[in-house]
Amino acid sequence: MALLRCRGLRKEFAGHVVLDRLDLTVAEHRVVALIGASGSGKSTLLRCVNLLEEVDDGTIELDGEDISDPRVDADRVRRRIGMVFQAYNLFPHLSVLDNITLAPRRVHGRARAEAEAQARDLLDRVGLGAKAHAYPDALSGGQQQRVAIVRALANSPRLMLLDEVTSALDPELVGEVLTMIRDLKADGMTMVLATHEMGFAREVADEVCFLDAGRVVESGPPEQVLGEPTQARTRQFLRRIIEAGRL
Amino acid sequence: MTPREHTPSAAQLRRSAYRRRQSLRSVLIAAFSTAALGTLLVVAVTGAPGWDRVRQSFLDPEIGADALPAVLDGLWLNVRLLVCCAAGALLLGLVIAVLRTLRGPVFFPVRALAAGYTYTFRGLPLIIVLYLLTLGVPGLRLRGMPSVLVLGGLALVLTYGGYLAEVFRAGIESVHPSQLAAARSLGLTYRQTMRHVVLPQAVRRVAPPLLNDVVALQKDVGLVSLAGPIDAVRAAQIATAQSFNYTPYVVAGVLFVLLAIPLIAVTDWVTLRSARRQSGG
Repeated sequence: MALLRCRGLRKEFAGHVVLDRLDLTVAEHRVVALIGASGSGKSTLLRCVNLLEEVDDGTIELDGEDISDPRVDADRVRRRIGMVFQAYNLFPHLSVLDNITLAPRRVHGRARAEAEAQARDLLDRVGLGAKAHAYPDALSGGQQQRVAIVRALANSPRLMLLDEVTSALDPELVGEVLTMIRDLKADGMTMVLATHEMGFAREVADEVCFLDAGRVVESGPPEQVLGEPTQARTRQFLRRIIEAGRL
Repeated sequence: MTPREHTPSAAQLRRSAYRRRQSLRSVLIAAFSTAALGTLLVVAVTGAPGWDRVRQSFLDPEIGADALPAVLDGLWLNVRLLVCCAAGALLLGLVIAVLRTLRGPVFFPVRALAAGYTYTFRGLPLIIVLYLLTLGVPGLRLRGMPSVLVLGGLALVLTYGGYLAEVFRAGIESVHPSQLAAARSLGLTYRQTMRHVVLPQAVRRVAPPLLNDVVALQKDVGLVSLAGPIDAVRAAQIATAQSFNYTPYVVAGVLFVLLAIPLIAVTDWVTLRSARRQSGG
């Protein structure tokens, strides 16, 4: 069954159409990579799914529930969705541990001890156990992004949205974050990730969607979309990526 | 692994020696110019033709000692008023600032009221607010009317609440929208986001200007004496009228400065601590 189903999504900002009758279906335990040029609507799509933006038309269903219905409690929906941002967005005034336990404690009402034990367990698993009491500014970009992923995971989400999570990282720090996403896939996490890392999309994604001007122009298995694209615009985009040396 | 012993190169030694010479020179120049200016000032003031008269009427130790108990009594009123009014104004300012950030048409009346409040009380001179509350309100002869002191304190809270609300609002707006997005994406409600993510960052950022306003408030609490209660400055004024000597004013002034020092020191400490905690880890 589809965990996430977007139908005919439309979003415009001040007359500029960012999402244009966009359809996307994500089955449970599947990883979908969104590729496309900057401004093609990847981030907006993720923000709409997380109800951070209101769609101007179309429906979004999560677990069969229409979450684009204004009567839906957005806070309850977001508890089931984890989101990781390009710029990490950790809370600078809170330690790593407090960043991770904030939502479990305040949103899910867990006891501090229980939430911290879970957070430490997650941190140990990604090799950041020693950083529990550090503040975000004292960490490298890669470490911050891994903490941000752990923070989203602490909510035990049904779906993870990853918005260009490696774009702000130095090349040598990208690997540690990608390893973590690979492990998430192995655990069966359903993910939608916007990315510029074509090699990674090919490796980790079950399906690649090429977005252009707010629409899914082409989608399918990574070998097909990245290897033998049928659409002219996909070929053009991939050619530019190859020229930039990122494939 | 131990770091290898490092022997500075000849070029580095020359650079270090040059920097040492330069800083020594700067220190000497600064010390000399400060001493010269200080001497000049002392000579100019004490050598002035009217110096003896001024010293008698502003710096008479005997009159100062006589006035001290009354001025201290008045200062105690200042301190009590300051603590209550600062707490009240900070709370009011915070509430108003948060109300002004609420979005959506439902909150329009609340936003409009909050904005109207800050416009009115930042524009209205404190003395007029004081007169209106301490002279006008008791004129209504309502039952259970609080004392003039409480009404005066209320005038201070209303006026300073307006200033502090704008400082808080600046702090709230300085928190990047991505922080809100991150908090909401975790399922936190708007209230929880404000309480746990936005306000802690906002308040830390604006702590210095907030405490700056509290220092200003410390001097303005004395204005309640316009309505009767005797504060330090009023006590000094009474003592001056009795002795025809201005020394009590100087005594009050020195006491005010002494009172401000701990507050200013706290401001610096708070700023330093939060900066260190966030970057140090």
